[in-house]
Amino acid sequence: MKVKKVTLKKISKDTLGSAKRLRSKSRSRSAKTRYEISQEQFTITPLQLLREDGTTAGKFTLLSAEQIKSMYRFMVLSRAFDDAALKLQRQGRLGTYGSVRGQEASQVGSAFALQKEDWLVPSFRENASCITRGMPMKGLFQYWGGDERGHAYTESMTTLPLSIPIATQLLHGVGLALALRYKGQKNAVLAHVGDGGTSEGDFHEALNFAGVFKAPIVFLVQNNQWAISVPRKKQTAATTIAQKAIAYGFTGVQVDGNDIFAVYGAVSAALEKARSGAGPTLIECVTYRISDHTTADDAKRYRNQEEVDAWVKKDPLDRLKKYMLQQKMWDAKKEELLQQEAATLVSAHVRSYEEEPASDPKDMFAFTFASMTPQLLEQYQSFLDVSGKKRDPNILEKVEGGFP
Amino acid sequence: MAIMTLLEAIRSALDYELGRDPNVLVFGEDVGFNGGVFRVTEGLQKKYGEKRVFDTPLAESAIVGISIGMSINGLKPIGEIQFDGFTYPAFDQLISHASRMRTRSRGKFNCPLVVRAPYAGGVHAPEHHSESPEVFYAHVPGLKVVVPSTPADAKGLLLSAIRDPDPVIFFEPKKLYRTAKGEVPDGDYTVPIGKARLVKEGKDMSIITWGVMVSVCEEAARQLAQTGVDVEIIDLRTIAPYDVATVLATAQKTGRVMIVHEAPRTCGFSTEIAAQISEKALYYLKAPILRVTGYDTLMPLYKMENFYLPNIEKILFTAKKLMEH
Repeated sequence: MKVKKVTLKKISKDTLGSAKRLRSKSRSRSAKTRYEISQEQFTITPLQLLREDGTTAGKFTLLSAEQIKSMYRFMVLSRAFDDAALKLQRQGRLGTYGSVRGQEASQVGSAFALQKEDWLVPSFRENASCITRGMPMKGLFQYWGGDERGHAYTESMTTLPLSIPIATQLLHGVGLALALRYKGQKNAVLAHVGDGGTSEGDFHEALNFAGVFKAPIVFLVQNNQWAISVPRKKQTAATTIAQKAIAYGFTGVQVDGNDIFAVYGAVSAALEKARSGAGPTLIECVTYRISDHTTADDAKRYRNQEEVDAWVKKDPLDRLKKYMLQQKMWDAKKEELLQQEAATLVSAHVRSYEEEPASDPKDMFAFTFASMTPQLLEQYQSFLDVSGKKRDPNILEKVEGGFP
Repeated sequence: MAIMTLLEAIRSALDYELGRDPNVLVFGEDVGFNGGVFRVTEGLQKKYGEKRVFDTPLAESAIVGISIGMSINGLKPIGEIQFDGFTYPAFDQLISHASRMRTRSRGKFNCPLVVRAPYAGGVHAPEHHSESPEVFYAHVPGLKVVVPSTPADAKGLLLSAIRDPDPVIFFEPKKLYRTAKGEVPDGDYTVPIGKARLVKEGKDMSIITWGVMVSVCEEAARQLAQTGVDVEIIDLRTIAPYDVATVLATAQKTGRVMIVHEAPRTCGFSTEIAAQISEKALYYLKAPILRVTGYDTLMPLYKMENFYLPNIEKILFTAKKLMEH
């Protein structure tokens, strides 16, 4: 991969520039090969700022040392959360869980680029993005532990709940973005999806709508190479996912998704572009899902260990740590303290999750609509009857008949 | 009070609410410049501008999907799906997200959106243009389903739907767009969601129905009156949540119940109504509950639709059987 310069302006220019190059390339050839446009004409130059050995082409000036350390902290917290979640699941203390190991740069780096009033529209595998966004780990444990109250903990009102259906959430992002613009707010939306999600119809409808309406949104594809057992090559015949943006009339960018600087840089530039009214961007983060798809999956059935080992060497946490050590902003002592902090924090949240009193079953009825319908009131009373609980005197009179 | 068609009444509700609430947006395929394929939204873009009333690409899932995002972010989107049968591509967004956002987020987010779609048959339209899919949506917890049958109700129910805090599917009986005429109250006029309308009082038997079938049942009732049968007609108006109290009251009063709808019979909404009556008013009944519905076939193309649809003949035939008990 080519190593690019490291300022925001430059990144912005590069990311936008790549589209310009593509356009002019297509145009110049179109006269000759009007009916034979090949994929090679839509090549995308991948963006990498931080090499695997932790070096860069120059000093990274886009972020302050404090911001870089903060990013690293979120990555470490996310990994500690992830490890704990996997253990809890194996012990039967958490439901089926989807690990984010290996994708921390892509998630933390992109969420870190958001301003408070920007919206985050997560996919289902977005625990690290949500942690970076301020969602308490307790809430995430609760959600994966089968308790909907987990999503009520969303600290920031501008983060949607995790979306289990694939790619459908991208359209919500477009709607949020159009509403931002309608209300005259100069903010933007970041919507995540996986490589598998790019095969869904809603992916294309979302990109098409965003392109037509120039919605202030950034679509971020985490291309982690596998959609359960289906490899990226069987997901799409396109050479890159980034180039799909061209069909919808906006820029596509491919970044090294394990390079947090590249992710942050590309997403920052794209969000800035969206906020300025210049429309959407598609960013493909090339990364890897180190763990199984979820705890219900066994990735050994469909992928080989050599492939996994090669990607483990590209670990996004190691890479940033190496950089920080080289820049003398980090040392073994700081690392130890951070690991301790992460372990303590995760334990506290696990405890808090497990000590939370059980939900009131009334919530099931109460949150279906803004207020309970006669049918729900009746069914709730029936639930109380059958479980030997006292009827709710406040709503008893409203119910006619009985639910057997 | 002005005399309006059902179509004009819907337009007047949209106009009123666009004028009242700057967060209301109206959009869909052809709804802007062309005023919709039925001209329901004619003139609204000219009056409110392209920012408020606009055309979208042809993508039903997207129309509902962006409505979800807009409604979460404080707007009141009214998306139009061009025909009943084209709500199916948007089914996933409705059942996977619009209906669940409140529960999923424990009340933190909700989707107060309206999806409008012309509904039901009888206008000689192509395939997928004449369907009655109300029960699909009525089965989904978290969605409200409304079907007006008079111009006044169309206005009153639509204003309620737009102001409702939950997602509402608003099915507009397309056969009645220009044929149903009536007085429509001026200004701010609402009809509550979830309350049935007593169309006609009667003592011998009850017909429970909605949409286009209300007027068909009214004509059947006039003919039955000539044979000495006094029919009570209930227009359900809202399929989800529906007015069980009124259904039970009429069943208890007349002891004979017929349910009439255009959708196929098996698992049609009549099934739920009949079950409720049998659970709670069985001993008031003098006869089995009978149904006049579409058949368990696809809605046929228009040369056969008159065989498929409930009509006066079928209603009279069934009424006779009901009265024999």
